[in-house]
Amino acid sequence: MIKKTYQLETLTCPSCTMKLEGMLKQTEGVEEYEVFFNTSKIKLTYDESIVDSETIKNKIARLGFEVLKEK
Amino acid sequence: MPKLNKKNKVILAAVLVSVSFLLKELMGYDPLTIVFMLATTAVAGIPIFKKAFEALKYRIVGIDALVTIAVTGALFIGEYWEAAAVTFLFMFGDYLESRTIEKTRSSIKALLDLAPDTARVIRDGTEIELDPEDVIEGDIVIVKPGEKISVDGTIVEGNAYVNQAAITGESLPLNKEVEDGVFSGTIVESGYLKIRADKIGDDTTFARILEMVEEAQDKKAKTQKFLERFSRYYTPGIIVLAAALYFFTRDLVLSLTLLVIACPGALVISTPVSIVAGIGNGAKHGVLVKGGEIMEKLGTIKVIAFDKTGTLTIGKPTVTEVAAFGIEKNELLRIAAIGEGYSEHPLGRAIINYASEQLGSIEGHPEEAEMVTGQGIRAKIEGQVYLLGNRKLFNENGYDLEKYEEILRSEEDKGQTAVIVGAEGNVLGIIAIADVVREDAKKLIKNLKEQGISKVVMLTGDNERAAKAIAKELELDGYYAELLPQDKVRVLMELQEKYGPAGMVGDGVNDAPALASAELGIAVGGAGKDVAMETADVILMSEEIRKLSHAIGLSRATVRNMKQNIYFAIAVAALLLMGVLVKTVNLSLGMLVHEMSVLLVIINAVRLLGFGDKGSSRKKVLQTGE
Repeated sequence: MIKKTYQLETLTCPSCTMKLEGMLKQTEGVEEYEVFFNTSKIKLTYDESIVDSETIKNKIARLGFEVLKEK
Repeated sequence: MPKLNKKNKVILAAVLVSVSFLLKELMGYDPLTIVFMLATTAVAGIPIFKKAFEALKYRIVGIDALVTIAVTGALFIGEYWEAAAVTFLFMFGDYLESRTIEKTRSSIKALLDLAPDTARVIRDGTEIELDPEDVIEGDIVIVKPGEKISVDGTIVEGNAYVNQAAITGESLPLNKEVEDGVFSGTIVESGYLKIRADKIGDDTTFARILEMVEEAQDKKAKTQKFLERFSRYYTPGIIVLAAALYFFTRDLVLSLTLLVIACPGALVISTPVSIVAGIGNGAKHGVLVKGGEIMEKLGTIKVIAFDKTGTLTIGKPTVTEVAAFGIEKNELLRIAAIGEGYSEHPLGRAIINYASEQLGSIEGHPEEAEMVTGQGIRAKIEGQVYLLGNRKLFNENGYDLEKYEEILRSEEDKGQTAVIVGAEGNVLGIIAIADVVREDAKKLIKNLKEQGISKVVMLTGDNERAAKAIAKELELDGYYAELLPQDKVRVLMELQEKYGPAGMVGDGVNDAPALASAELGIAVGGAGKDVAMETADVILMSEEIRKLSHAIGLSRATVRNMKQNIYFAIAVAALLLMGVLVKTVNLSLGMLVHEMSVLLVIINAVRLLGFGDKGSSRKKVLQTGE
């Protein structure tokens, strides 16, 4: 199980968080997730045997959000 | 297509849309004009369409879906200019919004920038620079003037003036000496310190405050939760409504315009921007409000109950009055201080501290000293035997206190403890000691009453007399004395039942249960007190208790700001709807007004950042006109 925090570019609409939450909910291997609107951050834990960070970041990018930093 | 960043895309779209507009005015709907309009739509629109489709995969219909349908429809009926203008305005609006919304979060950003980035550590006798994360507990960290302290630690060498604004919001530097604790993120203004690292990295008070502030911003207000649930159904609802409108009127333009103007942008953003600006303002002033819901609640409390010791008072006994009879005041103090030299009693400490403040450091020790439990001390100083203690000590040693009864009684009625000094049957002086009230407490109580708090009371474990004296001095509405921690909880419950939601203010040392059980727990001097920081809902970082009044004013200003935003957003939506129905608002004008309303809502929230900067905290500070 891996814990990650992604710092995204500024989120401007609360519906952005809904999209991200919807995506994470349906991504296999992502166990726990939280999307923070005001800090424009995603905190999540995922199972590294099912999914990797690159895949998740790609999915975020396809929704139109740039990942600026990860920790 | 080459990869462009957002800013360049906006610029490209702006150029294309301007050219389209010029061509349209000059040559009308020429094929060339149409090419430019389509190009604008492509540059500005494709990212929107992509987002809409991606989101649809996860069964979410957002604002971009509404815009996508509207633009597709416009292209379909040959309204190329409208398609270009709407996509451009949406893109440009979003860009401006992300820039302004960052402003509302700027206080937090400023806080982040205060994080230390290097640490100078002594390892194997040499100084090396490290990432603060790499410092190990027990390392000796060196900090020079102008540098940031990178760990929570204890000073082992040197002294310095330290600016603790990052932690407490207090701008005056404090003098710190050996054995004093210092916080990570604070700045050494002058002096030189060697510090033993006690807590590092994520365990430091500074890192924990940052994390709490970050989390607080995203704890949603009730209003926000409601608006989000609302928009989840609202957006698909609008699509259904537009379809129905088309079905009945067969007017495609009208239906498409409805889609665009019904975007709930300003409404959904109204609450989070106000809350984040409010919490940011608090953080700047050393007040941590843990989340939107608490921000909404704080301004509505009716009762405030204060703990006494350490909250309304400084929490340390201090000499308040010295009366000398037939001896110099300074001489009396000197003797008393020497006499108490070996005493560990808090009253003794108070006398020693006061004497060294008044006279400089006191030299000398008693030749002999004997503690009389529950009474005081008998000490031989410079060949003379003195008595220092309470009434009982002097009564048992055959002193006549008749003449001093009046003074003693009046001191006791004021909640003070009197230490009598005597020798050879004569009383030489009376030193009054009390836990003094904080300087700003009286002003705070007055402000709170002006702010409409209906009951301001004190809960204390201390005795009736001391409580009464302080309640009178501070003009409290009432007090409850001799309470055990569980009694405080009970009294709070009774108060809440009688008068409405109550806030409990404490220093978190022995009132954690009360802080937790009150509608709102407010901790004073929270920095460095772990339990208080965890249990309280609102934390005043420094010991400046008057910040509570700022916090309550801020809460009300934030709620007011939020309401302004909500009403404004609804009013704009209603006006647009009317405009559409009477056909004076077309697609692009609808989009323009919508985007402007979103921007205005954000700008209104930015005003909150300046709350309380000028004048008294009760005054509404208008930085920009509306």
